[in-house]
Amino acid sequence: MASCGSACDQSHCRRPDDSGGAEEDVPERFSASRDSDTSKTAGDGDLARCSKCGEEPKAGTHRVLNGMCASCFRSYLYGKFKLAVSTNAMISPTDKILVAFSGGPGSRVALQFVHEMQKKSLESWDASKSQSLPVFGVGVAFVDESISSVIPSPELGRIFKHIKLIVSSLVPGHKDLHIAPIEDVCSMGSDDGTTRLNKLLNSVSDATGKEDFLDHLCILSLQKIALDNGYTKLVVGSCSSTIARHVISATVKGQGYSLPADVQYVDARWEVPVVLPLRDCLTDELSLLCQLDGLETLQLSKRPSSSNSINSLVSSFISRLQDDNPARERTIVRTAEKLKPFGFNKFVENKYHEFIPSRLRCKFQNTNNGESDLAEVFCTFCMSPLSESELHDMHGKSQTLVDTFTAACCQSCSFQILPKESESLQHFLSFLPQSMTRKVADSTLEQSLLREMIDDCLLVDDDADGDRT
Amino acid sequence: MGDSDASSRSKRAAARLCSICNQRQAALKRPKTLQQICKECFYIVFEDEIHKVIMDNNLFRRGERVAVAASGGKDSTVLAYVMSQLNRRHNYGLDLFLLSVDEGITGYRDDSLETVKRNEIEKEGMEEKQMHWKNEALPLVANATAKISTSHLMLEPPEGYGLPLKVVSYKDLYGWTMDEIVKAIGLKNNCTFCGVFRRQALDRGAALMKADKIVTGHNADDIAETVLLNILRGDIARLNAEHFYFVSSILSADNECAGIYSPNAYRGFAREFIKDLERIRPRAILDIIRSGENFRIATSTKLPEQGTCERCGYISSQEFDLINSMIDRIANVELLIAESNLTGQAHSQETIVMENSILAVQGAESMAEKLCKACMLLEGLNRGLPKLGIGRTRGNNDLKKQREHGNSVPKITDSNLQSKQCGSLDF
Repeated sequence: MASCGSACDQSHCRRPDDSGGAEEDVPERFSASRDSDTSKTAGDGDLARCSKCGEEPKAGTHRVLNGMCASCFRSYLYGKFKLAVSTNAMISPTDKILVAFSGGPGSRVALQFVHEMQKKSLESWDASKSQSLPVFGVGVAFVDESISSVIPSPELGRIFKHIKLIVSSLVPGHKDLHIAPIEDVCSMGSDDGTTRLNKLLNSVSDATGKEDFLDHLCILSLQKIALDNGYTKLVVGSCSSTIARHVISATVKGQGYSLPADVQYVDARWEVPVVLPLRDCLTDELSLLCQLDGLETLQLSKRPSSSNSINSLVSSFISRLQDDNPARERTIVRTAEKLKPFGFNKFVENKYHEFIPSRLRCKFQNTNNGESDLAEVFCTFCMSPLSESELHDMHGKSQTLVDTFTAACCQSCSFQILPKESESLQHFLSFLPQSMTRKVADSTLEQSLLREMIDDCLLVDDDADGDRT
Repeated sequence: MGDSDASSRSKRAAARLCSICNQRQAALKRPKTLQQICKECFYIVFEDEIHKVIMDNNLFRRGERVAVAASGGKDSTVLAYVMSQLNRRHNYGLDLFLLSVDEGITGYRDDSLETVKRNEIEKEGMEEKQMHWKNEALPLVANATAKISTSHLMLEPPEGYGLPLKVVSYKDLYGWTMDEIVKAIGLKNNCTFCGVFRRQALDRGAALMKADKIVTGHNADDIAETVLLNILRGDIARLNAEHFYFVSSILSADNECAGIYSPNAYRGFAREFIKDLERIRPRAILDIIRSGENFRIATSTKLPEQGTCERCGYISSQEFDLINSMIDRIANVELLIAESNLTGQAHSQETIVMENSILAVQGAESMAEKLCKACMLLEGLNRGLPKLGIGRTRGNNDLKKQREHGNSVPKITDSNLQSKQCGSLDF
């Protein structure tokens, strides 16, 4: 540490420490630098010991990240996974877990770790005499987004085969594999989902809006698969790197109010709650693990990345920042953690919920939480909780179906997804998936029922004062 | 001339008519709204929007004396012009003057100060000549979708804006120029000094001139950049957008850094990012600000409280206790000594100074002042302890605990110090 002064003589000037917390991290590479080689392909760093287990590296193995040997690195990542799962009560013995698999390193590792956890539980179940507590079930879902990219069908067939291979290799513990094309959520009766989805996509002119809209549909697809097959939780492989990008994208889209909803471990807005067990890992770490352990990932260019998309601009911005300082992604996530999460960002300990149909369960979870007494109103498209001003706009509008739709809509979706002309808007709305439209119809119905019930007590007839009933 | 010619010509002409007045030809595309408008309409909407912000937010009262922060750059040049125009046109009744800061960095400010001085010269027949100015120089501002580097905007009307000028220098206020500071402390922490001092310099200069308010040329891009940088840095306190409308708080510490002394990699990336962003979606800049306004900070997060510096009287969000800072500095130095090779050589310059200071501190409990950052940094500079107030606080060590129990700072004996001999330490 003697030459700490010169080593830290790099770029950024340090701001004065504010008690509010300007928390510049010392980049990881420096903390490990002096004694051991942190490069992935170890050069002359082999001579040093693993910083955790103190073992000398065997011939052929090399040091990985932060001076850890391969097995310590693996346990380090698995440890983070386990901690997230147990602290947030993500997986219980009666659960049926659906793992969303996209082909990327995050979801691959999530799948692997969930499998390993299941394997361990199965082994101890086998060994236990009473076998009273069951072991949770695991399924895998893959949403086929080839409608928006240019993958030829033989290639697609190969991809599906590959995924089947991956899943079937995860034994013991059989896992169902569900592959569904994204257009399925859009199909209505005998109408083909493909045509309807294409009509929807063609109505969205903004490149970022299109990408985000597809993302929303993807989540709806996963929810559909989960609901149709009786799953109780949805595991996604989102990690700190993904979340950092989302923090900046959401900020740039004006979604400062709803941002905290998307960056927590638990997201119980959905009928099947979504959990993020790898939230504290970085993409680099997860990719490294895939390399080390030979975990197969799929290089799927899901969508043609548009140079006009805010999401890809943000992504390259953060990659550049991360190269400059490997602590950057974590710092961004840590800043977002200082924002107040919503009531649905954790599971409420309430056995009563099990008797409530899942469709309504999420509504009650909010009201039982001491923190926020008011149930949030969500955007029809992206499920963002609406802010005061967005709600205010909502109540100024009349109650026709079209207006109700566009009303329960955050300003970001309103700007980047909804067509501006009323004719194209009507057209667009007519092709929306039922799972979106049903939510709006439900809430309007609920609202009018409520009004009927309290009508006697109401003194003022209109709700132009923005009062939520 | 056939009908088709005339109609295609009129189509071309119609395609380029100003979308506001529909009379004059459109000269530019407005970055904020992408409207195609003519020069005259641009001036009108630009100035009207600023007037609206001033009115809607009740920024001023009649008769107030207002300092226009002027750096000579395009933002403050436009600010000076617009403020004096609106003041006259709408009869705000404000007493305006230009205020500029000279940090004493050779080669950075000199050009700009010249510009600012030129702005103040008054002459007759200003109205007429201002039209001339509008037609030549302001279009440069209007056409700027990208940032214009400050050197381009050294154009101004021959007469200036009729506002008197006051220049405050670091030398006047603190006794040190930035060049002198860098000589004393090197290049690692100079941003800290410059930023802290600059914020005060403007405040102090304005107070000296009996101003009631300061206006700065910070625009949406600046605020958006600040929000972004604060997210990148983990600085949640400043994310609270109430600060944004606090006129003097808008100045963030390393805004507009000289650049000669401190290249700051991620600020460059952030600037570039915002430029690219604006190209894709111009309203994103305002959306960033909207997000900033809508962030709800968890109550568990520590936010800085506001106190008053006991020495200079300014509001400070942090309070530095002089003695504790000394103790921290000692602790930091001790750490450095412990970590380095002990060669038993003579004490370095700083340790000698420190010994003297400690002895002074022991004798004078009256030095238990609560200081603002600027005063603390100055203390350090003046005592030859340039790192005083910089670096991490070291928690509750023995010396601090003894102070808390009402004992004076214990004597640091010779024997203690001798064991801490140091070689050539890099502080």
